[in-house]
Amino acid sequence: MKDWPNRLLARFRRGAAQEQHIAPATLRSDRFRQAREGDWRRLEAIVTAVEKGRLGRLSDADLLDLPVLYRQLASSLAVARENSLDAAALAYLEALAQRAWFITYGPRENFRGWFMGFILGGWSRAVRAIRFDIGIALALMVAGVAVGWMMVAHDPAFYAMLAGQDPARNPASSAKQLRETLFGGQDQDALAAFAAYLFGHNAQIAILCFALGFAIGLPSVLLLLQNSGMLGAMLWLFHGKGLLLDFSAWIAIHGTTELFAILLAGAGGIHIGRAIAFPGELSVMESVAAAGRRTAPVMLGVVLMLLVAGMLEGFARQLIDSTPQRLLVGGFMLTFWLVYFFVFGPRK
Amino acid sequence: MNLRPDQREIITPEGLTLRLTLAGRSARLGALAVDLACIGAILLGAVLALVYTQSGLGQWAKRSEAHHAAQFLFILWTALMFLLRNAWFLIFELGPRGATPGKRMLGLRIAARDGARLTTEMVLARNLLRDIEIFLPMVAVLSALGGPSSSMVNWAAAGWFLLFALFPLFNRDRLRAGDMIAGTWVVEAPRARLEQALSAGAARPDYAFGPAELAIYGEYELQTLERVLRDGSPAAMEAVARAICAKIGWSAPQGDEVRRFLDAYYTALRERLEQGLRFGRRKANKHDGAVR
Repeated sequence: MKDWPNRLLARFRRGAAQEQHIAPATLRSDRFRQAREGDWRRLEAIVTAVEKGRLGRLSDADLLDLPVLYRQLASSLAVARENSLDAAALAYLEALAQRAWFITYGPRENFRGWFMGFILGGWSRAVRAIRFDIGIALALMVAGVAVGWMMVAHDPAFYAMLAGQDPARNPASSAKQLRETLFGGQDQDALAAFAAYLFGHNAQIAILCFALGFAIGLPSVLLLLQNSGMLGAMLWLFHGKGLLLDFSAWIAIHGTTELFAILLAGAGGIHIGRAIAFPGELSVMESVAAAGRRTAPVMLGVVLMLLVAGMLEGFARQLIDSTPQRLLVGGFMLTFWLVYFFVFGPRK
Repeated sequence: MNLRPDQREIITPEGLTLRLTLAGRSARLGALAVDLACIGAILLGAVLALVYTQSGLGQWAKRSEAHHAAQFLFILWTALMFLLRNAWFLIFELGPRGATPGKRMLGLRIAARDGARLTTEMVLARNLLRDIEIFLPMVAVLSALGGPSSSMVNWAAAGWFLLFALFPLFNRDRLRAGDMIAGTWVVEAPRARLEQALSAGAARPDYAFGPAELAIYGEYELQTLERVLRDGSPAAMEAVARAICAKIGWSAPQGDEVRRFLDAYYTALRERLEQGLRFGRRKANKHDGAVR
């Protein structure tokens, strides 16, 4: 940067040289344009390089000058709008100003940088920002479990409706049959494929649960109720055969992660739904946009959690075959998430 | 200049008013079609590669190893499906151009609606809803078309999902549900080359126009004249020259003289109108009486 006097002089010299080739303009607006054209073209070259992702070809000086050139262009455009009737030059300036604006105000950091910030606090902050909706979703899930339990306790015929038809798990199966569904899975050999399938399936459901928040959150609520109702029905079934603790451990090993993720996805959907239904002082559009931006990182987190849950369900649950150990893993995961979300996290 | 119905103005932090043109619905549909075609092509290639590998596995001597390899292929397939469905749009829109290959091809990009910075959260949010806007409606409509039984239920589901899919048709800013959630919109990515200034090229011509001859036209006519000159079609130029001369009572130029006359008239008219601008008098078109 030491050679700035020379660079400055060179710029003036180049300008003078150009004017020897081009006839001196008669119009004041054309003289205005001739004096600045070199800078416009330089800005255009920089913007084009950035757009094409060829940052490596730009010199440091170019990158440092980009904001300066952009502001110069902005003032050129403001002047030209008031003083020039050269439609072609105006169109060029408008377009270049927009392109430079997109570059200057484009995403500031690359995804990797953003993701690091997300892991180191952004995720926790996003979860804490929707804690009210998490409370609602939690209440709904607890209610869903209770209702599911009570419906099946009232009439076992509801079981098939809530939890689906399953030859191994239904009110008619014996305690031994039910036990077999909980233990002895470790000699299955397609564990990894099973885990991948579970992740893909659950992540898609969670995204759906969130996205349907757009319909004022009602479908999200229904999905939460349906899932927890199924859990309640299954809890009742295993309780009837004295297997409640074993079943809870079988669910908890991955469920503390998976159900937590579904809880968060549902809470995100409810948050969006609330923003549409009760925008408060903002306009509906502003309120929804703010809610969407608040909940989007939560949803990325949900997908990551489901990845973990898929592995726990596919591997850990099959390989760990005892109730206390399963409870231990599940409890550890729950503690981990709770600490990570609600205790950890530097405030910005 | 007035805003066209598909233009929106945003004010940047520098106080500059930028005029964005909303992307046309058909252009966006086209961009989506290009993206889906890309995804389809990748899927097709992946299926062929996987099937080919899978068939090769049969010749493996040890069954358990072949089984493990098949499992690995299944995991690859699941991951690929998930990424193509959810991450394709996301990854491209996070780039400096803010556009998927389809959008880029059709000259579109995404931008923040409030004129501020486009953030990662926005891009995430707008793509989280793509599932219920594109893939589920497609599945629902296909199953409604193909489903023999309970077609009423299927059609009801399809109609419900189509509400999401057709959302951009029902609002002024052509927002998808995802755009609404994220606070973004899709605009035309501007492209314009800097053309030579018409008035600067030629040497001072030997025509002299008086105020009376220049007072008859305004900015609109000036721009029309600029367009005709840039197009450079001789027939159009001759017609315009004749029209101008009829108005100002000159005899119309012939042959090579036409271009020189129009250049001179353009320069003189622009000079006069710009002078008016500097004194705060705009003359929008020939019916406008602001410049005397």
